[in-house]
Order: sequence, then structure tokens, then C-alpha cells
Amino acid sequence: MKLRVLRRLVLRLGQAVPILLVVAVVTFFLMHLLPGDPAAIIAGPEAGAEAIEKIRHQLGLDRSLPEQLALWLFHLAQGDFGRSIVLNQSVLEALSERLPVTVSLTVVSFAITIPLGIVAGVLAARFRNTWLDSAVMFLALVGVSIPGFWVAILSVILFSVTLGWLPASGYAPLADGVRPWLLSLLQPAAMLALFQIGFLARMARSATLDVLDQDYIRTARAKGVSEWRTIAKHAFRNTLIPVVTATGIILSLLMGGSVVIEQVFALPGVGRLIVQAILTRDYPLVQGTLLVLAFMFVGINLLVDVIYTWVDPRVRYG
Amino acid sequence: MTAAPLLSVRDLTVEFHTDAGWLRAIERVSFELMPQEALGIVGESGSGKSVTALSLLRLHAGSTTRMPSGEIRYDGLDLLTLPARTLRRIRGGEIAMIFQDPMSSLNPVLTIADQISETLMLHQGLDRAAARRQAIASLDRVRIADAARRVDAYPHQLSGGMRQRVMIAIAIACRPRVLIADEPTTALDVTIQAQILDLLRELQGELGMSVILISHDLGVIAEFAQRVLVMYAGRVVEQGPARALYRRPMHPYTSGLLAAIPPLDADVRRLPTIPGNIPDPSQRIDGCRFSPRCAEVQAACRATPPDLVSVGVDHLARCPPRLARLEEAR
Repeated sequence: MKLRVLRRLVLRLGQAVPILLVVAVVTFFLMHLLPGDPAAIIAGPEAGAEAIEKIRHQLGLDRSLPEQLALWLFHLAQGDFGRSIVLNQSVLEALSERLPVTVSLTVVSFAITIPLGIVAGVLAARFRNTWLDSAVMFLALVGVSIPGFWVAILSVILFSVTLGWLPASGYAPLADGVRPWLLSLLQPAAMLALFQIGFLARMARSATLDVLDQDYIRTARAKGVSEWRTIAKHAFRNTLIPVVTATGIILSLLMGGSVVIEQVFALPGVGRLIVQAILTRDYPLVQGTLLVLAFMFVGINLLVDVIYTWVDPRVRYG
Repeated sequence: MTAAPLLSVRDLTVEFHTDAGWLRAIERVSFELMPQEALGIVGESGSGKSVTALSLLRLHAGSTTRMPSGEIRYDGLDLLTLPARTLRRIRGGEIAMIFQDPMSSLNPVLTIADQISETLMLHQGLDRAAARRQAIASLDRVRIADAARRVDAYPHQLSGGMRQRVMIAIAIACRPRVLIADEPTTALDVTIQAQILDLLRELQGELGMSVILISHDLGVIAEFAQRVLVMYAGRVVEQGPARALYRRPMHPYTSGLLAAIPPLDADVRRLPTIPGNIPDPSQRIDGCRFSPRCAEVQAACRATPPDLVSVGVDHLARCPPRLARLEEAR
């Protein structure tokens, strides 16, 4: 049983290889289709054509595109992501510095989103058509509709400038202690969570309403189970089935959303890294970063699939 | 029938809130259930039999249901006005219920053990281990082979008939005094239907329960019940001992249902049916609600709604013309 699950997992990870290959090829061509030349950017506005050509040669950009692609893939297969053109670092070094920031931001934000979103949604469903339901749904609508960066600016004015409770920007690594780390992330994570909580609350509400209409809920009531226990034991695990799908999407969206919020709060994360890399046409860095992100999305989806088997006994691996 | 009834329903009226306002699903339904009696409630879809059954345990959605009149006496209590907490002790403990579709009536994410144990822990205060042992015993009781292994299965791993047995095992786990079976065989195939009915009959004897069996199939009811309640468009149109009802139905609707049972000893090409459909509750019908479909209808039937009157020993019917004919014959 356990072995079968494990085998299935390895198989699924194997399926990630072609996906990643497609991502690699597509990002390669997209980047190289962009107008602009990293050599010209490095050389500066004053440089002559000859100097630029020299840099192009050094970077291997004077070769044909298929040649460049083949070379890049060849190195990738050996675990070599190449060197950043602009930063004086290898791509993996640059990523290993930035990734903890983005992962921290995503995890904290996720930890805010999941309980709040689910509790709000289930409560709204339990007290359907009451003031509580309306209030939750109104807040969810506000959360989904208001742009996060705008709330972020207001929040910085209130909590950082006026009250001075939270740092306005910057990142304190976990190594410096949990408290500064959490404080530096609280504001950006909350802003990031705002939209997702709204999305999840609506999702959890409709899933719960759907489940509460099912025959087995009537069975539970006929057995003499109390209203709260019916929701907690009989409805909730069934509600989780669609909600787990949503949380997978949310986790992916949170990582994507960090691009903007990292700019606002000057967090040195992957989001800022990739924006800079795109602006400077840092081909290896953009391609490498996207590949790592794609790999993480594949991992998240795999995780969701595994959680399914735990939530819903009808889904079995293998 | 001199003993006191176990359950007695008086003038039960149930209305549901719809887009068209409050609609009356059943009107002034009254009946009694004796200890260890098997009572059948029969009628077409929409006749109000399931509404009646669900009302007994107040299982309708609270916000869209109201009961302008009625009383359900059980053990000196009125189930309709009981506080929720007390009602929950009766639900599943003293009055248990099984439903039409065993596929959807069991919780897909909980094991059979979980679902049976829950009732036992709730009503008998058993701990988990004891409840599990009782759950296995209960599965044994509904003739599920290899109960000790099956108890850990999930509903989707069982067949339809098996699931209905599990539903019954849940219902009888606490040895209730009343079992309400709402169309328990409708979703099953014919061979399984007979097995489930046999099982219910045997369990009724073993546990000394009263059973209310609800079905649209008078054939099923005939096999099972000692007394029968025939419902049409939310009203009881005839009630009495099964034998009397079959020998001399005193309402044309009962006659129609009887004629629609396929005979075993004759080869019939076409079964007689009752023309037309059951009226929508929103539809206004003056007089007898069956009159638009009745083959024996008279002018008076369309004018005044008939009362449920005695037509024999413990036998009531709502059809004045038939009663008149009976009296003439006497």
C-alpha cells in the first residue's frame, strides 16, 4: 500500500520532466524574442558597436538560437543553471539568496489565508442568509476587489508611519530570530492574503452549502447529532474536497502575487529578482528562475494530489 | 388494539415556503402507531408520505417550513414543541430512520465503523472500543457477512444493497422503539428489495420495534404492513387494516393503486393505471382532491371536500359515494 503510493509519487515526479522541458524551451524563446540586448545594456549607452559585439561573443550570444538553446539545455541536464549576466553570481547562488524570502512570504501569507478563509466561509454557510453571512460576503467582496498594493500603501501609512508597530520595508532573515522575521513579513503577507481570503471564503461557503444539502447530512441529523457536530464532523471533511483544490491554486497565486508586493515592501525576493532580470535581459537568470518556479508549481500540484487521498477515501493512489 | 399507541399524530399540517408563498404539503394528517406494529404509508410521489415521515423527527429545514397545526405524541412528549436537545436524544436513540437512497445517505468520507459507532457513543455513552464492538454486532444483525472486516470499509466499497443494510445497522444500533423506513427499497433492484424487506420484518420481530414503512408500491406494503395509510395530495384518503383495505377498498384511489399491482398468476399486457397526475400543491381544487382523476366522480364530489369517516372496524375513508353504496348493499 505505502509502497504503491511511493511508486506513484516517483512516477508523477518523472512526469514533471517533460513539463519542465516545455517550460524551459518556451521561456528560452520568449526571452530571446524580446527586443533588447543584454550586451548593449552591460556595455552602456556610450559603447561602440565593436565593444558590444565583443561582449556578445563572450556571452555566446553571437551563436545561432538553436545552438544557444542546445548548449543551455546541455548544461541544465548537468545541474548547471549558468551565470547571471548582470549580477556577478551564478543563477543558483542568486536564487538561493532570494528564494527563502519569497517562500517565507508565501508561507506566512498562506498561514493567514487558510484558517481565516475557511472559518469565514463555513460560518457564513452555517448562518446563511443572516447578517453574519452578509457581513462575511461583503468583506470577501471587498478583499477580492481592492487592489493589494493600494491597501499596502495605506497600511504602511497607518501601521509603520503613524503607529510605528511594523517595519515599512525590508526583510529580516529567519536566522536573526523569529520575531523580527515575522514582523518584517506580517504586513506584506497580510496584503497578499487579502485577496485570497476573499476568494477562499466564497469558495468554502458555497462548498459547505452544497454539502449541507446532501442526504448524509440529513442522516446525521436523524441520528441525533448536534448541529455543530454535524458541520464539524460530517460536513467539513466533505467541504475540504473542493477547498483543497482551491488551496493549491491559492498557494500558486501567492507565489505569483509576491512579485508586486515585494516591490512595494522592498523585499529582496524572487519576485524582485525576476523583474530586474527581465528589465536587464538577463537571459540565464530569467530562464533559470522561471524553471525553478515551474518546478515548485509542479510540486504544489503533487502535494494537492497527495492531500486528496487523505481527505477523500474514494481517491486512491495507484 | 386496546393498548395505548406508541406514537400518535394529530392533525399534522406542514407548509413549505416557496417562491409562490407558503404551500401546504400535507393537511391534517392523523394516525396512530401501536407498539410492535407495522404501519404502511402508501401513495404516489408528491402525496406527502415522505413529508409526513420527516416531520416525525422534525427533519425539515427550519427556516422554510412551518406547521400551523398538529401534535406528535410520543412517550408523553409532543415532538413538535420539544426543545432541540431533548429531540436529539430521541432521534436515532428511540426513533430511527432510514432513507430511500443508500448511495447518498451514507457519508462518503467516514468509515462504516465511524458512522455506526457515532450513534452508540451519542446515545449509550459507550467509549470508542465498546462502540466499535457494538457496531460489528449491529452489522452481524443485519446479516452482513464478515462484519469484523467490513466495518472498516468506506461506503463506496459496498454494493447498494449492502449500503442499505449498513443504513439499517446504524438505525437499529441503539435498539429504537420506532423505525421509520422511507422508501427503503426504491433505489435497489428487485431481488435485493425482497431481501431488505425480509430483513426489516425479521428485525422488527427480533427487536420488538414498531415500523413505519413508506412506499409508493402497494405490493410492498401489502407484504409488510398490518395497517395501511393511503395518502393522496397531502391528505389521508383511506386508512385501515391491510386485509380490509385489500378486500374492500373504500376509496377509488386505493382501488386504482391495487389494480396497478402486477398479478403473479396472470399474463397481463398492460397494467391499468390511474389517469392523470397528482395535482401540484399550489393548484386549487374544490371538493374532493381526487375528483379530477376519479372514474366514479359525482357532482357532489366537486362541490364539498369529503371528510374522513368510519367505514368499518378501524377503517376510515374519504369517499361518500362509496360509503353510500356500501350502506345500500347492507
